[in-house]
Amino acid sequence: MKLNTLFLGLCGASALAFAAHAETITIATVNNGDMVRMQKLTDDFTAKNPDIQLEWVTLEENVLRERVTTDIATKGGQYDVMTIGTYEVPIWAKQQWLLPLDGLGADYDAADIIPAIAGGLSADGKLYAAPFYGESSFVMYRKDLMEKAGLTMPDAPTWEFIADAARKMTDRAADINGICLRGKAGWGENMAFLTAMSNSFGARWFDEKWQPQFDQPEWKNTLQFYVDLMKEAGPSGASSNGFNENLALFQQGKCGMWIDATVAASFVSNPKDSTVADKVGYALAPDTGLGKRGNWLWAWSLGIPAGTQKAEAAQKFVSWATGKGYLDLVASKEGWANVPPGTRTSLYNNPEYQKAAPFAKMTLDSINSADPTKPTVKPVPYVGVQFVAIPEFQGLGTTVGQLFSAALAGQSSVDDALAGAQTASVREMTRAGYIK
Amino acid sequence: MARAVSTRRKIGFTVAAWVVALLIFFPILYTIITSFKSETEAIAGFSLVPSGTLESYAEVQAQSNYFKFFLNSVIIAVGSTILALVVAVPAAWSMAFSPTKRTKDILMWMLSTKMMPAVAVLVPIYLIFRDTYLLDTRIGLTVMLMLINLPIVVWMLYTYFREIPGEILEAARMDGATLWGEIVYVLTPMAVPGIASTMLLNIILAWNEAFWTIRLTTTNAAPLTAFIASFSSPQGLFWAKLSAASTLAIAPILIMGWFSQRQLVRGLTFGAVK
Repeated sequence: MKLNTLFLGLCGASALAFAAHAETITIATVNNGDMVRMQKLTDDFTAKNPDIQLEWVTLEENVLRERVTTDIATKGGQYDVMTIGTYEVPIWAKQQWLLPLDGLGADYDAADIIPAIAGGLSADGKLYAAPFYGESSFVMYRKDLMEKAGLTMPDAPTWEFIADAARKMTDRAADINGICLRGKAGWGENMAFLTAMSNSFGARWFDEKWQPQFDQPEWKNTLQFYVDLMKEAGPSGASSNGFNENLALFQQGKCGMWIDATVAASFVSNPKDSTVADKVGYALAPDTGLGKRGNWLWAWSLGIPAGTQKAEAAQKFVSWATGKGYLDLVASKEGWANVPPGTRTSLYNNPEYQKAAPFAKMTLDSINSADPTKPTVKPVPYVGVQFVAIPEFQGLGTTVGQLFSAALAGQSSVDDALAGAQTASVREMTRAGYIK
Repeated sequence: MARAVSTRRKIGFTVAAWVVALLIFFPILYTIITSFKSETEAIAGFSLVPSGTLESYAEVQAQSNYFKFFLNSVIIAVGSTILALVVAVPAAWSMAFSPTKRTKDILMWMLSTKMMPAVAVLVPIYLIFRDTYLLDTRIGLTVMLMLINLPIVVWMLYTYFREIPGEILEAARMDGATLWGEIVYVLTPMAVPGIASTMLLNIILAWNEAFWTIRLTTTNAAPLTAFIASFSSPQGLFWAKLSAASTLAIAPILIMGWFSQRQLVRGLTFGAVK
């Protein structure tokens, strides 16, 4: 009895001593399904790394972006790992706010990361954030409604075909809209879609000398096409619709087509949530024959702020969360369909994944067709497909997004919206010193 | 005839009041109803009849430690209120009973600090918190919320104290009361209803404050506002879970408000009609 008591006491003391020595890293993340799943699976990490404890801070995307930006810019040191996107990485790497990820381990296999994604997360040849899941955008459409309209969706449609199909699929009496597109104002909302769309129309935000290009015919063609299409075949109140609103409409069978993030495919094809799960087809984002498609490229990634005192532990975590082993772990616990997509080439060569995710090939083709270093038909001085990777873009993108959203809502004309965008862009770029 | 008209008017006002109250309360009611739906039901369209499932509550509790956030909310809201009262009672007493020609200006200046957008001072405050090691601490947030709500507390107490006849205090002084005795034994007992309603309102304001509580915390001091924010998703429809998290966050303050509504209404309308 005494021995037992002594043994228990020793165990307790050891546990306390261990807890005192365990290093705790704080991870800032967004509340997306894949991230929540990762939090649930972290027992696997702590079992392999008993000297590292994890603390999570989950926030809404915009709040998270503001929080981590404030913290990293002021060297607040509140986070050891941050969830950031392809927009932040090149800017923050240039500011030396992020540590290069050169300690991910021998078996990490960085060469397996999809080249387009790795390119968006690198600066000067070094990887500054590891992708947790990657996405492009593509067309999700109702096969039954397409058939009813007497059309067949090609794998690589044109905007002309999409517009024609949208008009034919629209059935207001049955509450079916031919097409659902983002209209909610914001640089990451309607401007993500419209910037990617404008690339396929030959438009660009700035010319080689950083002169704004909203006064050029390519932008007029883009915005006029979008507004006309949405008026004729889009849902009412589209200027308030973002990803989630359109997801709800599509899942309820109220959209013939939806062009948005490839990650949405797992939601719309899930019979638990979607009423049209077995009727969804996929196609590449449309083009106009100019050599660029209207799809974007994004990766939610894990980066380590330069101010962290726990860089080694943080790299261990990043290596675990974005490594091949994590994909296998998710597959074994929750099935291949729930594996975070869009990061590793080997995943798309996996027959089990291909079988579980019918949208896999189209997702990979979409990701591969986006080039953040050459996003437009004409040359540009910036990188980024659906954004311009400069610090001023968040504010400017949202301002322009508000003008375009107003045009969609009918509060202003397309010409007025473009004139306003040009004026705002010239003013901001002059103030920021890009235009001399 | 006059009585009939009067009764009809009363009924009319009562019905109108109920309609307005229901309209105002409806978003909260619908949030509570949605929290008892499955995610599929939640996005299926407008419905006031939930299936009654508790799965969202179970998932919310599994994903986050509600009680940790709740405890932080209680400590920060109550702590900042007590601290604000300690500072504001003497300040309001001084302004109400020994006014100078600058008193009104000072009161207006205090109120004007509430008109500045909080984000304008985010970086300086963040730097001060970083350098004083107050980031993600309860004490830091308690002080911050005390400072934010102090103008309103001073104003409310000032309005209350002005209603108390100065002659009573003069009589106390003639009886030999000290300054401390005057405030503690004469003024405070007379102003208890006012102080109570100020306290309740301040707790509600501190409980609901989201800008600073989200931006100055990470894990240790994060209150229920951060708890709700963690369930908002840009990609994915988790409305039922978000509603469950919101319901859990507002429930304590809703219950407190219900029981103290008489004091709250009195506090908010005090001095409006004489």
